[in-house]
Amino acid sequence: MKRRNILGLAGAGAAGIAAAGAVTVRRRDEPATDPGAALPFYGAHQAGIVTPAQDRLHFVAFDVITRTREDLVSMLEAWTAAAARMTAGRDAGTHGAVGGVPEAPPDDTGEAIGLPASGLTLTIGFGPGLFRDADGRDRFGIADRRPDALAELPRFPGDALDPAISGGDICVQACAHDPQVAVHAIRNLARIGMGVVSVRWSQLGFGRTSSTSAGQPTPRNLFGFKDGTANLKAEEASALDEHLWVHAGDGPDWMTGGSYLVTRKIRMIIETWDRTSLREQEAIVGRTKGDGAPLTGAAEFDEPDLAAAGPDGLPVIATDAHVRLAHPSAHGGARLLRRGYNYVDGSDGLGRLDAGLFFIAYQRDPRRQFIPVQTALARRDALNEYIRHVSSAIFACPPGLPAADDFWGRSLFS
Amino acid sequence: MRTTRLLTAVSATLLLAACGANTQDRQTSDGTITVAATDTACDVGAAETAAGTVTFTVANKGSKVTEFYVYAAGDRIMGEVENIAPGLSRDLIVELPAGSYETACKPGMAGRGIRAAFTATGSAAPLTDDAKLAQATTDYQRYVKSQTGALIEKTTEFAAAVKAGDVASAKALFPVARTYWERIEPVAEIFGDLDPAIDGRENDLEPGQEFTGYHRLEKDLWETGDISASGPTADKLVADVHRIVDLANTTTLSPLQLANGAKELLDEVATGKITGEEDRYSHTDLWDFAANVEGSRAAIAALRPALEARDPALVAMLDTRFAAVVASLEAHRAGDGWKLHTELTDADLKRLSDDINALAEPISTVAALVASK
Repeated sequence: MKRRNILGLAGAGAAGIAAAGAVTVRRRDEPATDPGAALPFYGAHQAGIVTPAQDRLHFVAFDVITRTREDLVSMLEAWTAAAARMTAGRDAGTHGAVGGVPEAPPDDTGEAIGLPASGLTLTIGFGPGLFRDADGRDRFGIADRRPDALAELPRFPGDALDPAISGGDICVQACAHDPQVAVHAIRNLARIGMGVVSVRWSQLGFGRTSSTSAGQPTPRNLFGFKDGTANLKAEEASALDEHLWVHAGDGPDWMTGGSYLVTRKIRMIIETWDRTSLREQEAIVGRTKGDGAPLTGAAEFDEPDLAAAGPDGLPVIATDAHVRLAHPSAHGGARLLRRGYNYVDGSDGLGRLDAGLFFIAYQRDPRRQFIPVQTALARRDALNEYIRHVSSAIFACPPGLPAADDFWGRSLFS
Repeated sequence: MRTTRLLTAVSATLLLAACGANTQDRQTSDGTITVAATDTACDVGAAETAAGTVTFTVANKGSKVTEFYVYAAGDRIMGEVENIAPGLSRDLIVELPAGSYETACKPGMAGRGIRAAFTATGSAAPLTDDAKLAQATTDYQRYVKSQTGALIEKTTEFAAAVKAGDVASAKALFPVARTYWERIEPVAEIFGDLDPAIDGRENDLEPGQEFTGYHRLEKDLWETGDISASGPTADKLVADVHRIVDLANTTTLSPLQLANGAKELLDEVATGKITGEEDRYSHTDLWDFAANVEGSRAAIAALRPALEARDPALVAMLDTRFAAVVASLEAHRAGDGWKLHTELTDADLKRLSDDINALAEPISTVAALVASK
């Protein structure tokens, strides 16, 4: 049963009503797609990567606690079935939130009853610890299948990482236009996985900070700046092929058509940033706060002129400006597909917002993309005075599933 | 108190005989089997006997208080005598249908005990499915009786130590007395207002409600160390425990209540014991943790024949996961008891939490299985 049919609605007309109820106001510049609609789960690549970034995130990293390969594989099969159902707007299990026997706990937790699919995507990735444990043991007989690109990230200068919210053996990224739908998906997967996996850490995010489609306006991060103007976008087919998807021959076959995911939780020191002058904020970023134009240009998508000098002979875009250090020209043309979200985890004990950016980037090879870019930023970025990297993780996200007879991880485990 | 306990144990086994499989005209054996228990050995006089009523005479020749059990597969308790003091001898009368069993002495009342195989020979008609469920409630009722007997005994000792002003003895007895309470907590919770009076925590009380019971005495013992005015609380606790035991022993849980009880005991662990909320002054939460798990296991063991018939794979999974919880917990043993909650690291607690969740999820499906035809 479709979740929304429980409300007594049926058919296409009802779907429209439910969707209209979920989102009553749409900004004029938003794409005219139905935010309640379901997105395809099956395809050559996993959904949730070039999918136009949804508004909400629930990201979770699991530790695998079973020692039995068979248990892990059957959980991945159960997860895949539940994911296919939930992304279609259905209950996690076949009986559903209210359709089972009354003596049993329901096989769906129920908080998404009546909500449409809301563009839910579920994207899975495998961390380096799945292949070998901290003592170097081959945990599930797949150690020889670990791609070289999937290695723990090096320590970057200034890292203030908390191990408790870093790493993980398996991740699932849930993105949706409705936060309750994203949370529902992760909650049900965590429940299905009990005894096999254990939640290591999870993160809620709101207000996507990147556009992954040319149809989307560039959103703002919590510093108030447009973020991700130069992001890889779904429409750039040849750039995606070059920078995003893993090619045959790049590494083990099971990753061909997949992508590597790096997450960084970047806490922003909001209060000191807010008492920094506008001129200094713009100089640190290298763009204007209003339009997001490079300091050398007039409009957001103008290419920054990194060589331009001002009347004083100094570069207009400072040598330690964020936009210069992150620019592809500084890294042999390397680009990332960023898909981050703002987060606010309440306030800390000192009354400061516990807030920042949950950075998510997909790429073909972190050794040629994220690592050199972050190395340059960590060393010199003027923004470092206002940010702390508190969590870090890397995962290998396999290609998409062609059809329902396949399951997450099959190419890795068979 | 011992006489009363023994009588309840005997009457329980007679009840079992009435419901048991021994309805054919087999001659029951009344041969007494002697058990010589020491701190390191458990010599059972015979490894095999005819099915029917079997009497074990257990003599404790060691230096530790011991217990004697007869288990069916999956550690389903067929009969037990607890609290056999050094030098004493006690009888266990148990009805054993034909089958394979294990005997166990538990010197120090801890661990799996010293086990030996035991066989009852002969034939017995297999139980029908409904009879298996009826048998489950009878078996579990017997377990409740054995625990309530020990509960009264140990709580009375605890209260006496409090009233005597013996802080050290009272502190040592506190987690022991609670063990018997925590094993059968779902039964206790049926009797609404007695549960908070016996086991309520200070922050759970409504304004104007008096703070009584185990945790009030725990606070007096550990936080202030002054028990000079605790006598009336100790007396009330013993009286309340007597009342709830009388009620518990006249109540038979349905198979569905048994299944839910097994789950609720693990929920108790997951919400109260992992966090250290339960015994916030003494930090003896791991005693309660172990007792909750044992109680859950006893309920599942009573249901075992019915579950085996319906879903043997589930039974095998529960066995594995109970074993995982027990193994994780064993790492925190200290002497005959357990480490304090405050001595465990966050990683230790996460491990225990993961193991409890891994067990509680499949256990949550048992009720539906029991309800299914």
